[in-house]
Amino acid sequence: MRGLLLAILFCFSVFSAALAVEPDEMLKDPALEARARALSQTLRCMVCQNQSIEDSAAPLARDLRLIVREHIKAGESDRQIRDFLVARYGEFVLLNPRLSAHTIVLWAVPGLILLFGGAWFAYVFFRGNPPQPKKLSREEERKLAKLARNPDDLTKL
Amino acid sequence: MIAELAHYALVLAFVLAVLQAILPLWGARKNDLTLMGVAEPLAVASFGFIALSFAGLMACFVRSDFSVLAVYSNSHSLQPLLYKITGVWGNHEGSMVLWVFVLGLFSALVAVFGRNLPARLRANVLGVEALIAAVFLLFILTTSNPFLRIDPAPAEGQQLNPILQDIGLAIHPPLLYLGYVGFSITFAFAAAALIEGRVDAAWARWVRPWILLAWVFLTLGIAMGSYWAYYELGWGGYWFWDPVENASLMPWLAGTALLHSAIVMEKREALKVWTLLLAILTFSLSLLGTFLVRSGVLTSVHSFANDPSRGIFILVILVVFIGGSLALFAVRAPALKQGGLFAPISREGALVVNNLLLTATAATVFTGTLYPLVLEALTGEKISVGAPFFDRTAGPLLLCLLLVMPAGPLLAWKRGDLRGVAERLTFAAGIAAVVAAVTLWLAKGGPILAAAGLFCAIYAIIGALIEFSERLQLFRASASVSLSRARGLPRSAFGTLLAHIGVGVSLLGIVAEAGWSQEKVVALKPGDQISIASFDLSFEGLQQREGKNWRDQVGRFEVRRGGVPVATLEPSKRAYVVSNQPTTEAGIKTFGLGQLYISLGEPMPGGAISARIYWKPLVILIWLGGVVMALGGALSLSDRRLRVGAPKPARRAAMAPAE
Repeated sequence: MRGLLLAILFCFSVFSAALAVEPDEMLKDPALEARARALSQTLRCMVCQNQSIEDSAAPLARDLRLIVREHIKAGESDRQIRDFLVARYGEFVLLNPRLSAHTIVLWAVPGLILLFGGAWFAYVFFRGNPPQPKKLSREEERKLAKLARNPDDLTKL
Repeated sequence: MIAELAHYALVLAFVLAVLQAILPLWGARKNDLTLMGVAEPLAVASFGFIALSFAGLMACFVRSDFSVLAVYSNSHSLQPLLYKITGVWGNHEGSMVLWVFVLGLFSALVAVFGRNLPARLRANVLGVEALIAAVFLLFILTTSNPFLRIDPAPAEGQQLNPILQDIGLAIHPPLLYLGYVGFSITFAFAAAALIEGRVDAAWARWVRPWILLAWVFLTLGIAMGSYWAYYELGWGGYWFWDPVENASLMPWLAGTALLHSAIVMEKREALKVWTLLLAILTFSLSLLGTFLVRSGVLTSVHSFANDPSRGIFILVILVVFIGGSLALFAVRAPALKQGGLFAPISREGALVVNNLLLTATAATVFTGTLYPLVLEALTGEKISVGAPFFDRTAGPLLLCLLLVMPAGPLLAWKRGDLRGVAERLTFAAGIAAVVAAVTLWLAKGGPILAAAGLFCAIYAIIGALIEFSERLQLFRASASVSLSRARGLPRSAFGTLLAHIGVGVSLLGIVAEAGWSQEKVVALKPGDQISIASFDLSFEGLQQREGKNWRDQVGRFEVRRGGVPVATLEPSKRAYVVSNQPTTEAGIKTFGLGQLYISLGEPMPGGAISARIYWKPLVILIWLGGVVMALGGALSLSDRRLRVGAPKPARRAAMAPAE
């Protein structure tokens, strides 16, 4: 938690403490504004540590929020806006990394752990619980029943 | 003089720790009772010197002795006494001393209360604990000495980081450290078991109190940190998936898995090898957490490289302990005997699924946190991994876990009755679906995800209650029978109930906050009116206020509900005198389980000021759930069978059903 503070402090000391979204930035249309807010949450304020532009008070974040809103007003899709920002600032701007050769491992980890973990437990389980031996044949059952009737026969075996 | 004495005490503690690391381990190997016996006095003495040193450092801070570098950099004569004291661990050097202080304390506790442990196990455990202590003490003495002097001594200090001058942050680190270091004991027990090459159900019984203790503190520490972020950072968020938060979440996830696998081991002697591995991993993640936060590696790889001596030492510690223990595990684990057969559908099976999901979540958080660092180091490519990633990966895993959670206690050991359990859970799901539907109807709609989350939360709570009411035969037997059954139940049963309910309660808060919060971002002039939820607020204006070492610009809001004044909120922007560094102090008022939250922003043209106003229904449940979980843990801990150092297992109450 401490590092978080330091990070935030960094933002807050270089720039003054403030709200993230200021009233004058907001779009008139509530639906578009909601879209802008949702999109902003997935974009990184690049001079901050792990803050989205939605949460950051840094001037850069404000600029980015305005850019996002301009593009939304121009009728672009979220994807187009993301592509535009990535072209300008690199993948670093996306808080949700896109699937690529570089991030395939990142995205695969949860599934791989479940898969290998599950396989390991299954292996340990079946090793620990050997399959039950086959049922006795009818002939064997009969012999067993006979033995049970005359336990003395056991000595003859 | 105090600083030098405290420094010297730390050196003595190091020497004692080295002795404690060598003699008992050697004694256990040679079966020499005398050598093994020195572990206890050494542990107590070593703790005594660490405590002396810690007290000395605290004295330097309280007396504002600015000739000590750490005091100069992190304190100020005007600071309130409380924050002079908490300044001790508000920096790298001091926090490391706190760390070894807790470590020494726990070692001493094992030494004093662990008399019922077999001599060899105790010697090995104390030896491994001392090894950790010795390495940390060496780290402090060589790279992070808190007692360095500056000459000439400055007249005034630079003050503790203003954002840390807060009661929440004052107790957050000690709570976290109690958790992190508590897991060092389970680690030591695991290492001792591997060294001996023997582990059984009794081992799990000795370790479980320590797991519970560490887990309770870690849970409280995380909840506290989250609440602090909520009220201090000024935008009403409570969890940011920040690397620093993840650093404490990872050991918590692994520790929660350990808590459950240790139950299987104690009751059924199964999952032995896995439990040992988890004990090692949990402490490894605690170590990683400590250093991730402390080393600055998270800010950038470069700041880590700026102070190579410290960075390299940290790397060596991580490699030695994590690598060493895993190597020991690899060598010894195959020889351990597996025990306890069980069918896939059984309580053991459910706990295996629990462990799998928790481990996968921990691994996801681990990868997400460290991936950008590793990728940048390897390829130079910079990417970000933030909240949206974790929401999409860790989120579903945790939801799955929640769905399995009520099934665990309902299933019998060894072989469970899937149909019976499914029937009961369908009942819970039915109630949850009704509640979710009614809520949606009352709230006039809401996000579909929030409704799904609401369903899961209610289902988890009802599921926990069903299992419990069955144990009491509630509604089936007479009230007096149920009551006497309740008396006969071990406390750990109540603990499980509370902890599982706590998870549901937290989720309830999270879902309500995410789905039904209301927010207004406005520019206000004195006299302006604004409504949110059922409240009418009027902004009265700004005024100045002064504290001991800060100046506030306070906004005053009168709050009415149905025309009746119910509260006055005073959010402020605070400037600390020394550094003029601003912080936001949100104005918060609790109504029922929800909160009205106001945070001030920037002055706007025309004499207005911007403000963010929230109504967050049920938001308190987020942290209350954490507290309930911790209470559940504490209740389990107080169970006679598990009491730390209880000399004999308690007689089981006649009515208690076998677990």
